[in-house]
Amino acid sequence: MANKPVETINYDAIDKMESFNHFVKKKNTFLFSIAGAFLTFYILLPILAFTSVLQQKWIGNITGVWIYSAALFLMTIVLCTVYIRKASQFDAEAAKVIAEFQQGGK
Amino acid sequence: MDLVTVGFFVGIVGLTLIVTYIAAKKTSSASDFYTAGGGLKGWQNGFAIAGDYLSAAAFLGVSGAIALTGFDGFFFSVGYVVANLVLLYIIAEPMRNLGRFTLADMLTARFNEKRIRGVAAASTITIVILYMIAQLVGAGALIKLLFGIEYWLAVLIVGVMMTTYVLFGGMTATSWVQIIKAGLLLFGTGMLAVLVFMKFDFNLMTMFDTIAQDHGEEYLVPGQKYTSTLDSVSMMMALVLGTSGLPHILMRFFTVKDAKTARSSISWTTWITAIFFSLTIFLGFGAMHFVGIDQIIAESAAGNTAAPLLAEYLGGNIMLSFIGAVAFATILAVVSGLVLTGASAISHDIYGEIIKDGQLTEKQQVLAARIGSISIAVISIFLALGAQSLNVSFLVSFAFCIGASANLPVIIYTIYWKKFNSTGAVTAMTTGLVSCLILGAMGPNIWSPTGNAIFVGDPLVNLAVPAIITIPLGFFAGWLGSVIGAKKVNQAEAEKIYKEIRVKANTGIAVQDVSH
Repeated sequence: MANKPVETINYDAIDKMESFNHFVKKKNTFLFSIAGAFLTFYILLPILAFTSVLQQKWIGNITGVWIYSAALFLMTIVLCTVYIRKASQFDAEAAKVIAEFQQGGK
Repeated sequence: MDLVTVGFFVGIVGLTLIVTYIAAKKTSSASDFYTAGGGLKGWQNGFAIAGDYLSAAAFLGVSGAIALTGFDGFFFSVGYVVANLVLLYIIAEPMRNLGRFTLADMLTARFNEKRIRGVAAASTITIVILYMIAQLVGAGALIKLLFGIEYWLAVLIVGVMMTTYVLFGGMTATSWVQIIKAGLLLFGTGMLAVLVFMKFDFNLMTMFDTIAQDHGEEYLVPGQKYTSTLDSVSMMMALVLGTSGLPHILMRFFTVKDAKTARSSISWTTWITAIFFSLTIFLGFGAMHFVGIDQIIAESAAGNTAAPLLAEYLGGNIMLSFIGAVAFATILAVVSGLVLTGASAISHDIYGEIIKDGQLTEKQQVLAARIGSISIAVISIFLALGAQSLNVSFLVSFAFCIGASANLPVIIYTIYWKKFNSTGAVTAMTTGLVSCLILGAMGPNIWSPTGNAIFVGDPLVNLAVPAIITIPLGFFAGWLGSVIGAKKVNQAEAEKIYKEIRVKANTGIAVQDVSH
């Protein structure tokens, strides 16, 4: 690579830290369980859209597919906000890990 | 063509040229050229990413599809909106923390091999060219309709404009053209939607009742265009996962300084796209009811002019000219982003890093980037001139399919899977790319028994978008390649690099080393 960083950070040491591994595990569990949930909810739309459940009229002439889609829009906005909140917690934890690493020296 | 039309048109061109002129003064290094020096703010990048999403296919295509097929057209809107979450949760932050200018930079941060860079560049260039032909052909047809200019001349005008922005203003100009366009588009569609809603007495029930009574209840449920669950599931998979594999979207994450800004960019994009795609219902139903399906089809069989026709109905010639100018800005902005992305693959990945081993000076890099931009622009213009009569709407869904099948598996494995190796990366990308192209070539967009496609005959694979096969195939090939290639890997070395990737991706430590 053109600009390989000068060897300053001992990645191996951080990778071994218990607090780091705990943090990464917690973060990945959060990310992938939510991602699994929203992808499932999403892909059910084109499946259910061809069944009578969503083809029925739910409110007046508005059929289930529209309301399910509106729910997906709402879900996107809500999960986006949830992520932004959660991510600043993760930022704080990452900063803590780095601080712990720097205090411990290399 | 009258004075108002020319006025809006000249206004857009003038404004974007001023932006380019200002940006040109700030563009001196390779990092300025490819990533605007990494200095964009969250809201700016958020608008610019939204600008990439809201291409002519999204604005004209989706509103036209809703106007002609009802709910089936709205599938696209849902796909584009939810796709934001995949980017936000899985891709955006690690991408920012690991990459420099291109997708290949991010992959080679883990596997420093030229073949990885080569395959990633090949997939990038394929996607860029498919996407660009679709945009240019669409642009040609639209401009021909609005201004009565010949197709070849229209393509040439768009081609010259996009090359000008990129050549002189690099990523700074491209980003600002995107931002301006996203703002105008949001304003324009908002105005049309309010006018439509006003005619339905600001009552959703009235709107749905009217559509059901005057046009038929079948427009309120899927089934006009998509009749099989499999076909629509496949298309929806390509949309939601493909966005995170589109190189021109990924590149936008390198224009901000850190993961936190990358995150806020997507947050802006999510809101903008959610608002915009909600409005497509009003545009679509408005065009269906007030312009009429027959009238729309008479102008363009695919319904691409439904939105401009609706504008003309609602606000006469002034509104038509304004929406036409916005559509023109939309096309210009998207193709500029594509030129820049294509140039980054040709000039940075292939020429700079593979041929010249990353030994170019700053000045040579910028020169190479400019030559690359001109080459990709010229190639695309020629291809677009030859593709005039082609029905190009499927090319965009193909670009999404390749993004989801070739790029996304590799990105996810590179960030999250310890045992992934370079053999796996090469097999995943080639399998994803080749399977999309082959299955696509056997599909209904190329073969049609009634002669609606390029060849006459029965399609071997009856899926318009083969994503449901190719995405699992891409993931599987990555796993298989990694298992087969495991013996060749120097375990200690691979583990050391993965630790570094894992620490960087999760903490953002040393992000200044990879970017500036």
